[in-house]
Amino acid sequence: MEQTPLAGIGRLASSRQLHIALATAVFLIYPFLVSDYFIDIAFYFGIYTLLGLSLNIVLGEVGLFDLGHAGFYAIGAYTTAILNTKFGIPILVLLPLSALAAALFAYVVCSPVIHLQGDYLLIVTLGMGEIVRLALINNPFDLTGGPNGVYGIDFPSLGPWLVIDSSLEYYFLIWLIVGLTILGLTKLQDSRIGRAWNYIREDETAANANGIDSRSYKLLAFVMGAALAGVAGNVYASKLMCVSPESFTFWESCLMFCIVLIGGMGSIPGVIIGAAFIGLFPEIFRPFAMYRMLIFGSAMMLMMMFRPGGVWPRKRGAVKYESLLGGTGRTDA
Amino acid sequence: MPEPRPHAAGETVLETLGLTKIFGGLIAVNSIDLKVHKGEILSLIGPNGAGKTTVFNVVTGIYRPEFGNVFFRGERITGKKPHQIVSHGIARTFQNIRLFPDMTCRENVMAGRHCRSTSGLFSSIFRTPRQRAEENLIREAAEKRLRQVNLWRSRDELAKNIAYGSQRMLEIARALASEPELLVLDEPSSGLNPRETRDLMAFLQGIIREEDLTILLIEHDMNMVMGISDWVVVMDGGRKIAEGIPEDIYADQRVIEAYLGKEDEDSTAYDVPAQH
Repeated sequence: MEQTPLAGIGRLASSRQLHIALATAVFLIYPFLVSDYFIDIAFYFGIYTLLGLSLNIVLGEVGLFDLGHAGFYAIGAYTTAILNTKFGIPILVLLPLSALAAALFAYVVCSPVIHLQGDYLLIVTLGMGEIVRLALINNPFDLTGGPNGVYGIDFPSLGPWLVIDSSLEYYFLIWLIVGLTILGLTKLQDSRIGRAWNYIREDETAANANGIDSRSYKLLAFVMGAALAGVAGNVYASKLMCVSPESFTFWESCLMFCIVLIGGMGSIPGVIIGAAFIGLFPEIFRPFAMYRMLIFGSAMMLMMMFRPGGVWPRKRGAVKYESLLGGTGRTDA
Repeated sequence: MPEPRPHAAGETVLETLGLTKIFGGLIAVNSIDLKVHKGEILSLIGPNGAGKTTVFNVVTGIYRPEFGNVFFRGERITGKKPHQIVSHGIARTFQNIRLFPDMTCRENVMAGRHCRSTSGLFSSIFRTPRQRAEENLIREAAEKRLRQVNLWRSRDELAKNIAYGSQRMLEIARALASEPELLVLDEPSSGLNPRETRDLMAFLQGIIREEDLTILLIEHDMNMVMGISDWVVVMDGGRKIAEGIPEDIYADQRVIEAYLGKEDEDSTAYDVPAQH
């Protein structure tokens, strides 16, 4: 029967809000119930979620194969490490700066190759990620410390009042960033820009023919993805207090790729699940550590066979839209 | 030589002069002059491989011509990118339907509004009042176009899940959502049954009456060409071999030789797409 136009959206939104409230509550209470070790695990879960979200923009929303994302992560981490240890710039000031550095790097490196399609782009980004890592090992201008990396990175602090130096505080820092990122990306998904990204993923020629400048939107995705990875690099560097090239190997890029594929391309809840799988399971099943790759590989194969869309694919058309033009309630037929 | 055309009084919307497109050793389009007047339906016909789709692809910016120019409302648009050409006011559909398959019908039509809206990254993240107002305009326009093609009730369905005939109409709705002055349709009736083709003809005649629109189409279905065209241009082997009102074209000996004589074959056959 006839229902008020907004009732459908209202109900769905409220059940969604309930889920979000529950999840937030769990995240707030959790660290007070467990030991520092499990708080740290949740911290790395947060880092992987942020990395997953950043790659999800490029791979999930626009469908661009990027197997060099660890390169942007490294740029963020090393920007923080070098500027902090050499010039003593506070970590929190370096947070936006690292994002900016990674974004700038992405812009410069991706501009000439952004027109490449599919596998070709994959190869180029793979190479880019490796070049970044090798450059770090080679210690250019005596900045990166070669294979040993950079040591003695500060805690994030805001004057004397706020010093983030315990596991608990790092936990809240990373999840606050993740929360804000999710908020922003959700808004973006349901906007002209998010849709444009999806149009390009679905059919680039048709997107162009509908007035979408695919080149700029693809670049924007890379720049935004790199900026977020740079943020993750900043937090990671200060948490570990040191950075070294072996944290940014091709394997890290693979893990991020898996997070997005397992979760579901373009799905934010999916990324969180994927990050949980990648970040948490190896820790929880530590006794089986030597079989980790085996379990991993089989899980990926089973996923591709039985649930190619990911664990939690983005549902389209779930929110029912009612008429804005004030129809009379009859169908249009 | 050609008859005076019914709409010749209207201003010229689209004009091509000496348009030539070469792929390797193949001259796909050879010095084509076209004139499309405001408010008319102009059909481009010709046997498979005649170069019709290539002309469309040059006009809509997918290909760059080797020689010649395209003028839209007197402005030279040769060599502009497809997305720029849409904002000038030329919208198109494709021979093999190109929707966004895993997105809803509503989102598909909203794509057409992209070039008519401006919200950027930050206004989208922070939901400024201007951005909200613009989103509402996009939704309203999408709703209007979906209702126009009788697909409003399928708004939340994925585009890949609706019937083939509906997909064609959805693609036209998406093109119309960009408020074009010139609608370029590449074989809109291919794959449609006779009833759907009749509905499509009625629809096109309806929108050309009601809106400030001009239509350029490629068509293989002779009933449709003869039924709705104001002017017909015939191509063969990359050249324009004849043009005129439908009745004259129907009787033209060169056209019959080049095209109509072979018309008993599958009328939905596709052009062989020209490749580099």
